[in-house]
Amino acid sequence: MTPASSPTSENRALRRLSSLVAGRLVIAIPYAWLLVLFLVPFFIVFKISLSETAIAMPPYSPAFSFIHGIAGLWAEVKKLGFDNYVWLTQDNLYLFSYLSSVKIAAISTLLTLVFGYPIAYGIARAPSTLRATLLMMVILPFWTSFLIRVYAWIGILKPEGLLNQLLLWLHVIHEPLIILNTSKAVYIGIVYSYLPFMVLPLYSTLEKMDHTLIEAAEDLGCTPVSAFWKITFRLSLPGIVAGCLLVFIPAVGEFVIPDLLGGSHTLMIGKTLWNEFFENRDWPVASAVAIILLLILVVPIVYFQQAQARAEEAGR
Amino acid sequence: MPSLGSIRRSFAPWNDAAAKPYIAFENVTKKFGDFTAVDKLSLAIYEREFFALLGASGCGKSTLLRMLAGFEEPSAGRILLDGQDLAGIPPYRRPVNMMFQSYALFPHMTVEQNIAFGLKQDRMPKAEIAERVASMLKLVRLGEFARRKPHQLSGGQRQRVALARSLAKRPKVLLLDEPLGALDKKLREETQFELMDLQHELGLTFIVVTHDQEEAMTMADRIAIMDKGEVMQVATPADIYEAPATRFVADFVGTVNLFEGKVADMSGDAGRILGADGFGLRVDNLAGAKNGARAWFAVRPEKIAISAVKPADEGLNAIEGEVWDIAYLGDMTIYHVRLEDGRIVRTSSVNSRRASDEQLTWHDRAWISFRPDAGIVLTR
Ligand SMILES: Nc1ncnc2c1ncn2[C@@H]1O[C@H](COP(=O)(O)OP(=O)(O)O)[C@@H](O)[C@H]1O
Ligand SMILES: [Mg+2]
Repeated sequence: MTPASSPTSENRALRRLSSLVAGRLVIAIPYAWLLVLFLVPFFIVFKISLSETAIAMPPYSPAFSFIHGIAGLWAEVKKLGFDNYVWLTQDNLYLFSYLSSVKIAAISTLLTLVFGYPIAYGIARAPSTLRATLLMMVILPFWTSFLIRVYAWIGILKPEGLLNQLLLWLHVIHEPLIILNTSKAVYIGIVYSYLPFMVLPLYSTLEKMDHTLIEAAEDLGCTPVSAFWKITFRLSLPGIVAGCLLVFIPAVGEFVIPDLLGGSHTLMIGKTLWNEFFENRDWPVASAVAIILLLILVVPIVYFQQAQARAEEAGR
Repeated sequence: MPSLGSIRRSFAPWNDAAAKPYIAFENVTKKFGDFTAVDKLSLAIYEREFFALLGASGCGKSTLLRMLAGFEEPSAGRILLDGQDLAGIPPYRRPVNMMFQSYALFPHMTVEQNIAFGLKQDRMPKAEIAERVASMLKLVRLGEFARRKPHQLSGGQRQRVALARSLAKRPKVLLLDEPLGALDKKLREETQFELMDLQHELGLTFIVVTHDQEEAMTMADRIAIMDKGEVMQVATPADIYEAPATRFVADFVGTVNLFEGKVADMSGDAGRILGADGFGLRVDNLAGAKNGARAWFAVRPEKIAISAVKPADEGLNAIEGEVWDIAYLGDMTIYHVRLEDGRIVRTSSVNSRRASDEQLTWHDRAWISFRPDAGIVLTR
């Protein structure tokens, strides 16, 4: 009896095949997810961005249909063009919106890091019995609607709001501070809303860190402060990168916070986009704005992916 | 040129009343909450000594080292280094370096950078750092791995990087916490000799923590046996083995047969230890004991002879029993002999001749015998 014909080896081959198929299937799930929920919508938006506005339903043309057969479809496709993208370069509003969004997102990301790092560090160093509770407190705000929480900040920040009342009562200030409807309010709103996205990845890298490394550094002559920078901070860089991107990427496209807290002076691309869609009903230009926004964000996303891969390779 | 052995034999500052200890623990206690990890411990360690702390896991060895390195403050008592009280001096200002049990290599730095780390903290000039790192790499034979990261090294190589890093600053005292724990047996034995040579070459004081008695016996000038945060005995490896102070030490290091009884018939240092069965062991080192006091005669297996017939010499202690177990190890054979009252006595004999027919076998009647000075009388 040759091994190949034995029933056990057949079984084994079958099992190997099925595990191979199962393995492929497992990989297929995220790809299917990407395809259905990212690539298909992306191409729809991209196609709209190449269309023209029209007073119709949907409000752009051409709208593809198979009524006139393949030839008719081809004639429609030929009507697509990059006019909307050219338009974006002709009105400074868009450029300023992008720049201002990136600037606001970058500054708030930095602020989130400055506030988030000590929080994450504190939780990671807390007694292990306390850690779960502290983490819970970081996540707790998620249990309330985001919109309501941002509204609540209006009540806190407005000239006659809680913050000003408190400061006036404490005689720290004599006139109410104007925070609401300025970019300061947007920074506060973003830092507040996105703090958990910074704290969680930071916590997970800091929590894994071997404390004897700090002792080793101090043993070799580092003061605690310099040991922090040379070891703790350096080794938490992957967490810092992850946290910063998790905050920066959604912050660039943020709409609700600048709209509710930033007033009309705060220019952010999310607001511009919303205006194009709902006030101007110019779906093609709005789509072009969205596509460019995506291209801007691809840079940090790719960087993030590479950083993750590098960290994975370097770690252990 | 004198051999290492002869130099070591003449090195015994602990016997010199004029010698000042380099490191002194004075009544040091360390409590973690209610738990006492180190209990009123006193120790004196001399310059250039290779000192071992030996004890079961959890007996407070690491805690003792960590107090010396400055990671823990004693709850009570003082630690002196070269006469200076170390209280309040942070780890980064103490002239001691530690090789950590887990090695604690910095994962984001290469081997070279790990070794240079301590030197950079001291603001040593770049050229000197490079020179020192190169010499350390040569010492631990890792030259070709200088640019690797720790995760690209084997366990033995990592251990050598950790050693090089802790030695790079030429500390006055090197603390080694189970330095060889992660190595396999062969590599461990090789490294033990390397460490001894290194310590001697550099003229440093080494304090090594271990729970492996063979390791401690091999490397150390003196060993402190620890139990539950206390030092049970401090002595040279030979004294620990041949003259243990307590039953705990006798039992902890090597194998021992303990014959319990009451001291009787003392005349000078000689006398008997009367067992419960009425059998009196003849012993001649009863100094300090009292008639009627409880005592144990501790005899190592290799000092007990085993034979099929009663030995002719009346001066020997001879007891009859039955061969209960035999373990043939090649170079020697271990016999467990069961006495009338059920006690098991362990003996070991060197197989100096090749196997012969007249060997004892299971359930044979046999006589065990040892001289009155073969063991030591313990009262604790
Ligand atoms: N930071 C600490 N907090 C509480 N208990 C500790 C701490 N460090 C050590 N211990 C306890 O002290 C005892 C001695 O520990 P250690 O010195 O590490 O023992 P070992 O002899 O194995 O090195 C152990 O029971 C350990 O649980
Ligand atoms: Mg230990």
